[in-house]
Amino acid sequence: MPGITREEVAHLARLARLELKPEELDHFAGQLDDIIGAVARVSEVADQDVPPTSHPLPLTNVMRADEVRPSLTPEQALSGAPAQEQQRFKVPQILGED
Amino acid sequence: MTTTTDLVSYEDALASYDPVMGLEVHVELGTKTKMFCGCSTELGQGANTQTCPVCLGLPGALPVVNATGVESAIKIGLALNCEIAEWCRFARKNYFYPDMPKNFQTSQYDEPIAFNGYLDVQLEDGEVFRVEIERAHMEEDTGKSTHVGGATGRIHGASHSLLDYNRAGIPLIEIVTKPIVGAGERAPEVAKAYVRELREVIKALGVSEARMEMGQMRCDVNLSLRPNGTEKFGTRSETKNVNSLRSVERAARFEIQRHAAVLSSGGTIIQETRHFHEDTGSTTSGRVKEEAEDYRYFPEPDLVPVAPSREWVEEIRSALPELPLVRRNRLREEWAVSGTDMQAILNAGALEPIVATIEAGADAASARKWWMGELARSANESGKALDELAITPTEVARVTELVAKGDLNDKLARQVIEGVLAGEGTPDEVVDKRGLKVVSDEGALTTAVEEAIAGNPAIADKIRGGKVAAAGALVGAVMKATRGQADAARVKELILEKLGVSEG
Amino acid sequence: MTDAIIKLTAAEIAAKIASGELTAVQVTEAHLARIEAVDEKVHAFLHVDREGALAQARAVDEKRERGEKLGPLAGVPLALKDIFTTVGIPTTVGSKILEGWIPPYDATLTKRLKDADVVILGKTNMDEFAMGSSTENSAYGPTGNPWDLTRIPGGSGGGSSASLASFQAPLAIGTDTGGSIRQPAAVTGTVGVKPTYGAVSRYGMVAFSSSLDQGGPCARTVLDAALLHEVIAGHDPMDSTSIDAPVPPVVEAARNGSVAGMRVGVVKQFRGEGYQAGVVQRFDESVELLRELGAEIVELDCPSFDLALAAYYLIAPSECSSNLARFDGLRYGLRTGDDGSHSAEEVTSLTREAGFGPEVKRRIMLGTYALSSGYYDAYYGSAQKVRTLITRDFEKSFEKVDVIVSPTTPTTAFPIGERADDPMAMYLADLCTIPTNLAGNAAMSLPCGLAPEDGLPVGLQIIAPALKDDRLYKVGAAVEAAFVERWGHPLLEEAPSL
Ligand SMILES: [Mg+2]
Ligand SMILES: [Zn+2]
Repeated sequence: MPGITREEVAHLARLARLELKPEELDHFAGQLDDIIGAVARVSEVADQDVPPTSHPLPLTNVMRADEVRPSLTPEQALSGAPAQEQQRFKVPQILGED
Repeated sequence: MTTTTDLVSYEDALASYDPVMGLEVHVELGTKTKMFCGCSTELGQGANTQTCPVCLGLPGALPVVNATGVESAIKIGLALNCEIAEWCRFARKNYFYPDMPKNFQTSQYDEPIAFNGYLDVQLEDGEVFRVEIERAHMEEDTGKSTHVGGATGRIHGASHSLLDYNRAGIPLIEIVTKPIVGAGERAPEVAKAYVRELREVIKALGVSEARMEMGQMRCDVNLSLRPNGTEKFGTRSETKNVNSLRSVERAARFEIQRHAAVLSSGGTIIQETRHFHEDTGSTTSGRVKEEAEDYRYFPEPDLVPVAPSREWVEEIRSALPELPLVRRNRLREEWAVSGTDMQAILNAGALEPIVATIEAGADAASARKWWMGELARSANESGKALDELAITPTEVARVTELVAKGDLNDKLARQVIEGVLAGEGTPDEVVDKRGLKVVSDEGALTTAVEEAIAGNPAIADKIRGGKVAAAGALVGAVMKATRGQADAARVKELILEKLGVSEG
Repeated sequence: MTDAIIKLTAAEIAAKIASGELTAVQVTEAHLARIEAVDEKVHAFLHVDREGALAQARAVDEKRERGEKLGPLAGVPLALKDIFTTVGIPTTVGSKILEGWIPPYDATLTKRLKDADVVILGKTNMDEFAMGSSTENSAYGPTGNPWDLTRIPGGSGGGSSASLASFQAPLAIGTDTGGSIRQPAAVTGTVGVKPTYGAVSRYGMVAFSSSLDQGGPCARTVLDAALLHEVIAGHDPMDSTSIDAPVPPVVEAARNGSVAGMRVGVVKQFRGEGYQAGVVQRFDESVELLRELGAEIVELDCPSFDLALAAYYLIAPSECSSNLARFDGLRYGLRTGDDGSHSAEEVTSLTREAGFGPEVKRRIMLGTYALSSGYYDAYYGSAQKVRTLITRDFEKSFEKVDVIVSPTTPTTAFPIGERADDPMAMYLADLCTIPTNLAGNAAMSLPCGLAPEDGLPVGLQIIAPALKDDRLYKVGAAVEAAFVERWGHPLLEEAPSL
């Protein structure tokens, strides 16, 4: 397995929305490299013809009827909001458009 | 944003390039509740009044699938001639955006519920074009943001944004076509016809009102060009949220011209998101992202697989309503109209009003005559769609009934319709108020006929001599004298009777 | 009086309240007094809901006065892991990012406890977002092990295990994603059960790794755990992954402990390098005890278990990277950097940087990596194949045996700080517990003695097939009774008095 670079860590941090400090980048680069090196063992089974298990239960078709249930009140919904205005969550300027 | 885009003429673009299109349509389902929680989907309610821990993405909340959402997805899949998955899952599409409470969208990835179908669409001249469907999958809508502080309410220049999550979690079905090839210069028209036909199908299924102006149906137009005669697809642009039939056509057309300009000047198209502007009919580039999106899809661990039994699927199939194309063909036969006439009816948007008028008691020919004649003219003049006119199919049916009974003739009927459109009331009220009644008093009519014969001796002689067709002039004179309120057929009968001539 | 009350089991407390010998208020006050007296040292609780607890207790007493029927745990105090939402009471998940968050809704488990008239004393400390095996990853400081306050009480549910071992509560709730109920139970000399996946609703339990997380009972005796199990388990329509079947007869099993005629498996892979000698010794004695009690011991080979830890450290971080994305500083919890100069995106990144601790960041990064395009098949995809192989190894084993036993954790409680910046060493604590989470079946840890070298508790793990949770209690009760008879008293009586 190739070592994980500082640049890769920075890329992951951007994807994960973590504003890592420079020293964290170095620290994580080393640790992630160790961990990934250890867990990469799973690829021993990569070519085995076994189905993946994404879930421990063999359940299917768990659905609910299309019936309205009470919602929270707007006060409850907004109760944890760091900022609000006009019964809406107030957030800083949004940059992206999609 | 303000730089003008180079374009080549549409004809020149098509002379060198072949367009390949992909259309992605999102339809908001008309279920009572959201896809994964019991919050109401009713429109127009106060901000954040229809949210709960689930659709707000509060810590600890879990989704549960709306059975009607799944059923609607299967209905759409079947109507689009798709295969329905025996087993499929939801997946998480991971990306951060403030209108998405969990910062992942619960969607479907490589296991859509419906796949491999097609939709036949009819172009304006009646030609049928088959659009192949790649997949239809289930997902959820996002909340709505309002941008505050900018001059135009747009995102640019805004100081902050306000979020309302009432819409977050409303079920969406995303319908994706396979690459549409071979449409050539008609590509924009095919795009429009496809979206229109899809809308008709969705409405017929009763799974959504599919009102584009309300955002219940939204279209992304992906387009690329390849040099004529080549196989390999070019790089595509993705024009997002094109939200009217007309815009779909314009966006495709604009992108064809823009791509052609870039390619023919030796440039390359970059794969990007573009935004369509209704006012100018043009597209502009979206924000360029520093890094390619990586959605890190994986199976949604909070939901179990959806495995629609074949019995359920067949039950749904057998209960499907008649689909629009089949229905149109049936009506065309029932009404005994030509393909061209039927196409004219469709293009005029007269199909549903005519059907409704017939259902309200009118005969097919009369219903068609009024909607495609007088009413189409009126709509045209006022720049309205037929169903926006201030007359209901029931009222039109009443007018035809009055005509059939002999209470009105065509000329009077036109005046009645005019009165209804002008807001004077129901047809009967207009008849009363305007005093529009066929004169059926034989005495008054006989006098008028005698006066007409006396006043036009030369014509009367011609008629006596066997030229029955000349009676029209005398009928006209009588109608004029009675201010149009006579029954023209009866007038003719009386004239011939007086002159001792029999018809035929 | 207080001292006598806090040493009672939950079953005893419930009986005394039902008979009128004690009031629920007396019981609650005794425990609140104990918390007052010792929790400054132990730090098991993040929040004590004194008023709420007393109000609940009063309601129980009034119910009894009115002659209404009381449930089997009515009036019994409980320490709730701070991962379950509670209306009006802060829920932090041990994280700064949720500091001060007061949920507008109750978790299903919270509701069930309230409906059963269990008295919720407060919320217990935990590793941030349940990520850890020592409770050192709590943003609010570590919890001490009542056996030795300089040592870890296990994790992530160290607050819950420590509250039991220090007699601050007779019952507690934990959650187990890779061992977070069982490993703390093992190192504190208490009982902890991870029920079959889907047995206890996850609705309102803040998610770490959705396909592995499972809430469960923590107690000082097997019977108490069973009584609590029965209250919290059962189908919940709000959780799509909830089992829609009757709860196995766990209380009946706990009252009728026996291993006679049972086949008990010992897995070859659960020993070897990294296992403390005293742990192995106590485990071997437990196996011997089972044989004496009439069980047939069967040697098992589960080769895929060697890959369990690796698969776990791909699956859990992957799911957590997605589950924790919602903590973006926009709708609830911490917001950092909103000074007018930063965009929403930047505020999200600054908030997450400031609000998450190093282990949480590490796992988010690891999961983001494992799911990203180009790596998915090699890592996440392979990990899921390992999951299938582990499930098959369990299935094959359970054709030959009724339950499997192993040490719960390879070592006794280690000193606080010892493995703090060595994630790989920390991860080894869950070596024996993780296969069960991956396969979804049920397991229990109960005390099997003190390691001779350090005098600290050792846990015995019992593993049962999915949906056969009652077997844990049947075997656990028999082992517990035999050990208590051998020791002459419950193990916890040997713990220091604080
Ligand atoms: Mg989509
Ligand atoms: Zn909701």
